[in-house]
Amino acid sequence: MSPDFLLFLIIALVAVAAALGMLFSRSALYAALFLITNFGAVAVLYLLLNAPFLAVVQVSVYAGAIMVLFLFVIMLLGAERLGREPEAAAMRWQRPLAIVLAVVLIVQAVYVFATRASAVPAVAQAIDAGPLNIGKTLINSYLLPFEVIAIVLLAAMIGAVVLTRDK
Amino acid sequence: MNPILEALVKSVGILVVALAGFAYMTWVERKFISRLQARIGPNRAGPFGLLQPVADGIKLIFKESITPANADVLVYFLAPVVAVIPALVLFAVIPFGSDPAFQLASNINVGALYVMAVLGVGIYGMILAGWSSNNKYALLGGLRASAQVISYELGLGLAVLSVIMMASSASLNDIVAYQQPGNILGWLIFRQPVAAVIFAITALAELARAPFDLVEAEQELTAGFMTEYGGMKFALFYMSEYVKMIGMSALFVTFFLGGWSGPFVNEAPVLSLVYFAIKVLACLLVMVWVRATLPRFRYDKLMGFGWKVLLPVGLVNVVVTALLIVAGVPGYK
Repeated sequence: MSPDFLLFLIIALVAVAAALGMLFSRSALYAALFLITNFGAVAVLYLLLNAPFLAVVQVSVYAGAIMVLFLFVIMLLGAERLGREPEAAAMRWQRPLAIVLAVVLIVQAVYVFATRASAVPAVAQAIDAGPLNIGKTLINSYLLPFEVIAIVLLAAMIGAVVLTRDK
Repeated sequence: MNPILEALVKSVGILVVALAGFAYMTWVERKFISRLQARIGPNRAGPFGLLQPVADGIKLIFKESITPANADVLVYFLAPVVAVIPALVLFAVIPFGSDPAFQLASNINVGALYVMAVLGVGIYGMILAGWSSNNKYALLGGLRASAQVISYELGLGLAVLSVIMMASSASLNDIVAYQQPGNILGWLIFRQPVAAVIFAITALAELARAPFDLVEAEQELTAGFMTEYGGMKFALFYMSEYVKMIGMSALFVTFFLGGWSGPFVNEAPVLSLVYFAIKVLACLLVMVWVRATLPRFRYDKLMGFGWKVLLPVGLVNVVVTALLIVAGVPGYK
């Protein structure tokens, strides 16, 4: 067993355990902390795939920015404790739907893992995922999606500003 | 040498220097600030009060460990640790000297971004401390701290972006190398003065030091998120603040003051460590000087200044830098 594989196993275990902890935690704040742990573990997985840029972006965007806002809202609203059965009647259709979708996701994951697992290390070696290459790819090959996302984000930002303004 | 062993030795070295730096930075600050206020400062423990940090440390260790009623015990104990770790791991990518032996992670090509990520994670200690203490001052202090740090991080990011654009690399080694055409004018502070000023201001705000120390505004919030902490737990918060001060100064030196560069570095690589230490000490003294000089901001003014002044100025600076680089103005390419 190579050290990389051992490291991967440990980190993957941490990521899965943190994800489960987030799902089953009854306190919103602990759930958020578990999610942060999960993001951190995934960032280390990116490092193992020779993609330090993605790892750093994962930490600074998800763990550093988005989750801070989550915690902020949880603390401001005092919503640390989840109710025992939140709106059980109105959400009844969600549980079967969630099970069906989860089954679909697992089947997909198993299919991809079974058919293409051997391709993953080769891909990780071949791509230089440094900031320069990612920037060039975004601007050259994916210019249209990049610009569309920029406009969507701008619209969301303006929307947030408009919503918080007094009449 | 075995790479794991080498990394271990360097980590311990950084840890020891950071801890000693923290202890004696408190002494330097108290001495310097008392000179500025025409006082003497600590002078009882040892010659020139040099043993004062040791005495303080011993005192804090022997304090009773108190847990507030109805606090979330796990998070309450975890928060100081969460605050210290980002402050320490900040040093992993900083080149302290010209030799690769003077740096922990020398082959990372996204050092500047790593720094931003670590600083972003550094807020959690304050937020968690404020939330878990079950105290309204602590909660308000925690919220205030996180709002301030999030707002000023944007300006900091834009200042760092200008530096990355100039050096066309996010590696701290490349940024230092870019600043050495053999004379002092190669330092980025002369070619990116706006970015340097923004970085200096946002660094103070990020550290929650005067004049941005609203987090611990005594009149309004007692001690902010630290209100319920005492003994070693308090010492850890204190340590994270001072270690971050040293880290921020080291970053300012790396980004704008030519890093470890100086005369005769090639002949004697050890000199580079000395130059780096002198520059960092100069930055630290300026921070203390600012604290002794400027009164505290009002909270709404602080947020307004961050969002309405620093952010637009930073954006304009990035655009102007990009135009200068594309136009090929001498000194910008």
